[in-house]
Amino acid sequence: MSPDFTPALKLDLGATPPGTAESDQQQVADGDSTVHDVVIVGSGPAGYTAAIYTGRANLKPVVIAGSVTAGGDLMQTTEVENYPGFTDGIMGPELMATMQAQAERFGADVRYEDAVKLELDGEVKKITVEGGEVLHAKTVILATGSAYRELGLEDEKRLSGHGVSWCATCDGFFFKGQNIAVVGGGDSAIEEATFLTKFADKVTLIHRRDEFRASEIMQKRAFDDPKIEILWNKQVIGISGESKVQELSLEDTVTGDVSALPVTGLFVAIGSDPRTDLFKDQVELTPEGTVAVQGRSSKTTLPGVFAAGDVLDPTYRQAVTAAGSGCVAAIDVEHYLAEHSARAQDQDQLTAPSAAQRSPLPH
Amino acid sequence: MSTTDVTTSNFETEVLNSDKPVIVDFWAEWCGPCRMVGPVLEAISDEHADSVKVVKLNVDENQEIAAKYGITSIPAVYLFDGGEVQKQSIGAKPKSALEKEFAEYLGQA
Repeated sequence: MSPDFTPALKLDLGATPPGTAESDQQQVADGDSTVHDVVIVGSGPAGYTAAIYTGRANLKPVVIAGSVTAGGDLMQTTEVENYPGFTDGIMGPELMATMQAQAERFGADVRYEDAVKLELDGEVKKITVEGGEVLHAKTVILATGSAYRELGLEDEKRLSGHGVSWCATCDGFFFKGQNIAVVGGGDSAIEEATFLTKFADKVTLIHRRDEFRASEIMQKRAFDDPKIEILWNKQVIGISGESKVQELSLEDTVTGDVSALPVTGLFVAIGSDPRTDLFKDQVELTPEGTVAVQGRSSKTTLPGVFAAGDVLDPTYRQAVTAAGSGCVAAIDVEHYLAEHSARAQDQDQLTAPSAAQRSPLPH
Repeated sequence: MSTTDVTTSNFETEVLNSDKPVIVDFWAEWCGPCRMVGPVLEAISDEHADSVKVVKLNVDENQEIAAKYGITSIPAVYLFDGGEVQKQSIGAKPKSALEKEFAEYLGQA
């Protein structure tokens, strides 16, 4: 069917009656749109953990997983060795498939769609997905993660797909027997470099400082690998090549000297930035660009809007911290809904012990 | 119409000599993002069957073709028309983004 068939506009919910925060999922004025208890935007470890917890609390979470980004960054990794519970490690995509299955087991509705617009103020939040469908929710968990940082060089985009890459597991194969480079100094840069030695003859690891911020075990792997050469205090200032990467220009960050490094591939692993485009004008951000939350909670500056995972975390950014943060958001959502339904009941002059009875928390 | 597989042996007939423009999805088993792009291209294939043909090429099994077109990142989605590459799109992108990039070849949906 033609996508034009999707109604361009659904009703404006401006006229939502007060007290919508009643019990279970309910119909709003237009009759074809449920007000969900919680919609989770994002499907990395934070999103799926939030879905597992809110699912177990019987809140029937809807997860807007993304059409091509479902599972988040771990879909592009190989072995995850530091996620607790897996003695021998687990492949990133397998871990995410497991988390998704676990969330679905508890009733999560995972949709392979992209959120294109969020309207987060007011009692009922609106989430517009690609194609125009609008979801309504009492609470939203922002778990949009982060996006790979680019070097910002003129030729980076032009040569992307022609030697410049952000995904070693996808593209290492194309560099069999070649000399390539990885730029970056964190765990992911070193993971990529060591992974790429399976294919390349030589991998030059370029870092702008004189020490890595990667973990000790990862650093040792790089130091011990005969195929990896490390260039300290160098930054990439240019990428050249007519139709594919041929050479990098490097600048010494101490002396300012410029040198050339002939390589056929460049893998960029210089970190990532929080993905806040959809809501940066609606909730407060920190100076680092992450979503600002109150203390150790997941509460953003808007009531009923919570954040989880890398999007609020400028520091730790691990699969396990993201998962923990998803759990925090889910519990905050439960408390928020319990308080709101209690308040709505008070307004309806209903008597007493409702708040405790209505708490969705398992005992 | 859904996407079909092409190989080195039928690439010329199916892609280069096609009457219609052809979208080629260069992919591999080990590439996580490629698996996400598959269904997106299926949908484009279904909705724009009159304007384009959509095919998949496994780069692992058909390395000559991948090398010929200088593929170094997948998923790579190339549009061929008249035997030549007219458009290329690198990385896993949502349906609307691909439709925009290939708009002039997709006609009216």
